[in-house]
Amino acid sequence: MSSDARVPAPPARRTPTLKERAVPALISIVSVTVFFGTIAFLVTSAEQWPRIRFQFFNPDAIMAAFPNVLRGFGINMMVWAIALVAIAIWALVLAVFRSLTGPILAPLKVFSIVYIDLLRGIPSLLLVLLFGFGVPALQIPGLPRSSLFWGSVAMVLGYSAYAAEVYRSGMEAVHDGQRAAAKALGLSQWQTLYYAIIPQAVRNVLPALLNLAVALQKDVALLSVIGVRDAVREAQIYTARTFNYSSLIAAAILFLVATIPMARITDYVARKDQERRLQRTV
Amino acid sequence: MNRVEISSVTKYYGNNLVLDEVSLAVREHEVVCLIGASGSGKSTLLRCVNKLVPFDHGDISIDGVSIFSEQFNNNELHKRVGIVFQAYNLFPHINVLNNITLAPRKVHGVSREESEERAIKLLELFGMQGYEKSYPEQLSGGQQQRVAIVRALATQPDVLMLDEVTAALDPELIGGVLKIIRDLKTQGMTMLIVTHEMGFARDVADRVCFLEGGRILEEAPPNKLFSAPENPRTRQFLQRIIEAGRL
Repeated sequence: MSSDARVPAPPARRTPTLKERAVPALISIVSVTVFFGTIAFLVTSAEQWPRIRFQFFNPDAIMAAFPNVLRGFGINMMVWAIALVAIAIWALVLAVFRSLTGPILAPLKVFSIVYIDLLRGIPSLLLVLLFGFGVPALQIPGLPRSSLFWGSVAMVLGYSAYAAEVYRSGMEAVHDGQRAAAKALGLSQWQTLYYAIIPQAVRNVLPALLNLAVALQKDVALLSVIGVRDAVREAQIYTARTFNYSSLIAAAILFLVATIPMARITDYVARKDQERRLQRTV
Repeated sequence: MNRVEISSVTKYYGNNLVLDEVSLAVREHEVVCLIGASGSGKSTLLRCVNKLVPFDHGDISIDGVSIFSEQFNNNELHKRVGIVFQAYNLFPHINVLNNITLAPRKVHGVSREESEERAIKLLELFGMQGYEKSYPEQLSGGQQQRVAIVRALATQPDVLMLDEVTAALDPELIGGVLKIIRDLKTQGMTMLIVTHEMGFARDVADRVCFLEGGRILEEAPPNKLFSAPENPRTRQFLQRIIEAGRL
C-alpha cells in the first residue's frame, strides 16, 4: 500500500473474510505436513531405520533408564541454579574491579584483567578436570573433597569471566553524563557505581546475561566427566550396561524441556529491552 | 567578599589550551552569563568550579575559601555549588522523587522524610506537583529539565550553575524553563549561566562575559555589551547572532 493512497481520511480497515484468512493458513499446514511427512517417510523407510530406532528410540529402554537419568538431571539443575547466583555476583564484582580508577585501587583492576584473560582462554572442560580431579587430590584438610563441589566451582570461575565482560560492556554503555551528574551531586565513586551505573548496566545487559544462563544450562553436563552422577553420567551408565543409547536420548529430552522455555524467556526479555530502547529515542 | 572567585584559571586538554588565565568574580545574588561560540571554554569553566574537570593553573574560591582547601571536601563543595546540564542527566532508572532526594539522603545525611518533604515543596514551586512517582522518560524535555533544576536546588546550594539548559529543548518548552531561572534570580540566587539565548541573557544577567579561545574578551552589563560592545570580536559574534535571527 503506498503512503499517498492514505492521505485522505484513512479508510476503516476491512476485516478479512473467512476465506482470506483460512487459505494462507491452510497452505502453510499442508506444505509443512508434506515437507516433514516426506522426510519422516524417507527416514523410517530406510533399511537401517529399525536398528536406529532400537538403539536410540527404544521406548522400553527410555522408560527403564528414565528414573536414574531424571535424578541425575535434578543434580544438573541444582548446580545450574546455584552457579547462576554465584556467577551473577562474582562477575559483577570482577566488572566493578575492572572499572575502578585511581592508583590505590590499581591492584584490583589488574587482578580483574588478568583473571578474565586467563579464565576466558581456558576450555571449560579443562577447568572442570583441573578443579574436579586436581583439588580433591591435594587432600588439603578443611577443604571439601567432593568433585561435585569443585566441578561447580570450575564452572562458576570460568563463566564469571564471560559474564564480567558482559557487565563491563553494559557499564560502558551508560552515558558519561550520568557519571558527571552523580559526581556533581557529590556521590563517591562507590555510590556512583551502586546508585547510578550498575542498575542501568544490569538493565542494559539482561538479555545477554540470560543467553549465558542458557549456555550454562547445557554446560553443567560437563561435570559428568569427573564422575558426578548427573543426567549424562546416569545415561552413560545405562548405556554401558545394555549397549543401548536410548538413555542418552532420554537425557537429551530432559535438557530440551529445560532449555527451550529458557530460550523463549530470553527472547521475550530481549524484545522488551528493544522496545524500551526504541521508546526512549522517540 | 565574592561568592565565587575564579583567578587565572588555565586548563589544557592534551596540548589544547581551553582556558587561558581566566579570572572572573561573581558577587552574592549576582547573575553572570557566559556567552560565546562553541568551544570557547564556557562549559569547561563551569565544570572547573565544581571540580568536574581538573585544571592546570590558577585557583577558584567560594566565599573566599579555595575549593582545594581542607574545608571543602567534595561533599561540602557539591552541596554549595549546584549544576544543571544541557542533557538533564537525570537517572532514568529511579523516579523523580528519588532523583531529587538521592544526594541529600546518601551524601548529606538528610532523612528520607525531610528530604522528600523539601523535594515536594520544590516540585510544587516549579509547577511539577504530581510527578513525584514518574520516571524521567515519561516526562517532556522541559519537565525533565525542571526536575534537574529541582535536583540541583535540593541541597540548597549557594551558587547555581546552568550549562546551556535550554539548548536541548523544543522552542515551545524553553519559555517555561527560562521563567524558572528568572524566578530564581528574583529570590536572590547567585547564578553562573552558560547560554545561547541572547535575549534571555540580556534580560536576566547583571553582567555578561564574552568568551573566545579560552579567554574572557569582554565583560560588561548586558545593556552595554549587547548595544555597544567594545571588542571587535564581540561585535563580530553578536553580528552573526543577529544575522541568525537569535537576538
